[in-house]
Amino acid sequence: MARIEMRNIAKRYGSVEVLRNVDLEIEDGEFIVLVGPSGCGKSTLLRMIAGLEPITSGDLLIGDERMNDVRPRDRDIAMVFQSYALYPHMDVARNMGFSMEIRGEPSDERQSRIASAARTLGLTALTERLPKALSGGQRQRVAMGRAIVRDPRAFLFDEPLSNLDAALRVEMRLEIARLHRRLGTTMVYVTHDQVEALTLADRIVVLNNGEVQQVGGPLDLYERPANKFVAQFIGSPTMNVIAATGAASTVLLNNGATIELPAPGDASAVVEMGVRPEHIDVVSPDDGDMTGRAEVVEHLGSDTNIYIEVEGVGPLMVREHGNIPAKAGDLVGLRVQPQNVHLFARNGTAL
Amino acid sequence: MTATVSRRNTVLTIGKYAALAFYLGFALFPLYWLLKIAVTPDTLIFSEGTRLVPSAFTFGNFMTVVFQTDFLAYFWNSLIVSFGTAFFTTLIAAGAGYAFSRFSFAGKRLIIAVMLITQMFPLLMIIAPIYKIVAGLGLLNSLTSLIIVYTAFNIPFATFLMQSFFDAIPKDLEEAAMMDGCSRFQALRKVVFPLTLPGLGATLGFVFTAAWSELLFALMLISKNDAMTFPVGLLTFVSKFSVDWGQMMAAGVLALIPSCLFFLFIQRYLVQGLTSGAVKG
Repeated sequence: MARIEMRNIAKRYGSVEVLRNVDLEIEDGEFIVLVGPSGCGKSTLLRMIAGLEPITSGDLLIGDERMNDVRPRDRDIAMVFQSYALYPHMDVARNMGFSMEIRGEPSDERQSRIASAARTLGLTALTERLPKALSGGQRQRVAMGRAIVRDPRAFLFDEPLSNLDAALRVEMRLEIARLHRRLGTTMVYVTHDQVEALTLADRIVVLNNGEVQQVGGPLDLYERPANKFVAQFIGSPTMNVIAATGAASTVLLNNGATIELPAPGDASAVVEMGVRPEHIDVVSPDDGDMTGRAEVVEHLGSDTNIYIEVEGVGPLMVREHGNIPAKAGDLVGLRVQPQNVHLFARNGTAL
Repeated sequence: MTATVSRRNTVLTIGKYAALAFYLGFALFPLYWLLKIAVTPDTLIFSEGTRLVPSAFTFGNFMTVVFQTDFLAYFWNSLIVSFGTAFFTTLIAAGAGYAFSRFSFAGKRLIIAVMLITQMFPLLMIIAPIYKIVAGLGLLNSLTSLIIVYTAFNIPFATFLMQSFFDAIPKDLEEAAMMDGCSRFQALRKVVFPLTLPGLGATLGFVFTAAWSELLFALMLISKNDAMTFPVGLLTFVSKFSVDWGQMMAAGVLALIPSCLFFLFIQRYLVQGLTSGAVKG
């Protein structure tokens, strides 16, 4: 168990800068998710913690010790790879016990730890199989088992669920959450899937273009995104962002609609307004802030997604709870919930 | 509909086997002829001409070859040269292939290009310089010279072969091993090496056969009887006035044995090895 601290970490490949100014403190036992679009540097950051990628500048501390130049084997950290990276020529038990084998720990100790990890993950019947005889979900479990057996100071996960089908992904996500609660070990988890991030994390680190955009709890990011990128990256369906101008406590849209903000403030720097699909209410056409025509209506049972074209504003996505009787071509009125509006300045920062 | 499909399938199957049979016949016929001449008594070789099966059999040629010629010595020399070449080539190629596959270093592209270029020239062109070098080193008429020359010639191809086998092993595996507490060398020994066995088998096999049947350099660099390899030795059956076909073929048949044994031994790895790069498990 250990806390992990990053101080002003940067990574360059030649002249290409893939990460900069990363400052992050991960508390002991915390579940941190690094999330961002592909190429944002999240996997590189994880591999730097693991020691598989040299750190160009800055300091990495694990358990208050500087680790920049410590070899991966001496960091006492376990990693679960996206490809699982199971050793094809070893059976499940030997795969799980390999780290203990390398460290020369006594065989009976090893066997009991393997057996207990196999029990936890429901692999007891499979310990003598080779990886090629396992299904994707089972391989994933073995990869986790290999990490658990070691009892490391921290776990690193590099997109561990992205090779699984949807149903299995939900199941394994739950299993990882349980595992964290049971072990209480520090975990750093990389994903591009914001649902995984929101459901698993104590805190989420949103990365884009090699820079940390925001660090916060799942609801913090959802309710108070620091900028337009985070606002649009977190939350599904994506937040609607529309051009707007502001004056005092009023926001003016391009089609002439005005939205009164609940709290008086200075909205003069506003260039865009963001509102999540679930924060727009469908009302009768002559009611509400604006009117638009429904282009596509998706009935999901629990929710209804409506894609609405509003003249002068552009396409908006609206999500209504439950099953509402709208259909494509309908004229609908829209009312924006003013307390749930996000305002952005020209550089994208939230106001 | 089904009938048409199944009839077409039958035709296809027959066609496939016919093609295979034709190919096998074409490829194996010379070997059959080798064996046939080897067991035909000398007196019948010319009189029976092209009869497919001789009217009498004899093992006399084999007896003569084994007990009355230097064939066993040639055979032994060939074994030493081929095993030596296969061993050193594979060892060096494995190291070089691993480096090409896993590390990026200055001059890597250049080295690969140069290695490719060496494969472009006909061997005939470099016989004279090689002879000069070997003579200068005082290594003429020694098996060592053959091992060195063969190793040098086979390393480029063997290196590319080994590199492709290493490329097929995901980097993640080594990284996982290093996270699990291995040094790079331990990761190589415990994880990469066992997975490269098919590749090593295939490389050993290729190099062994190449060295086993090489004639040109053996002919140039070896002129003394006691250092002759068997392809050169075979030529001793050709005398000024006649060719001792029966004995020559018998010697040829015997020379096939190690190659066959070697391939039997490694074929399981070979098939696996040649295809393992194609599909990632």
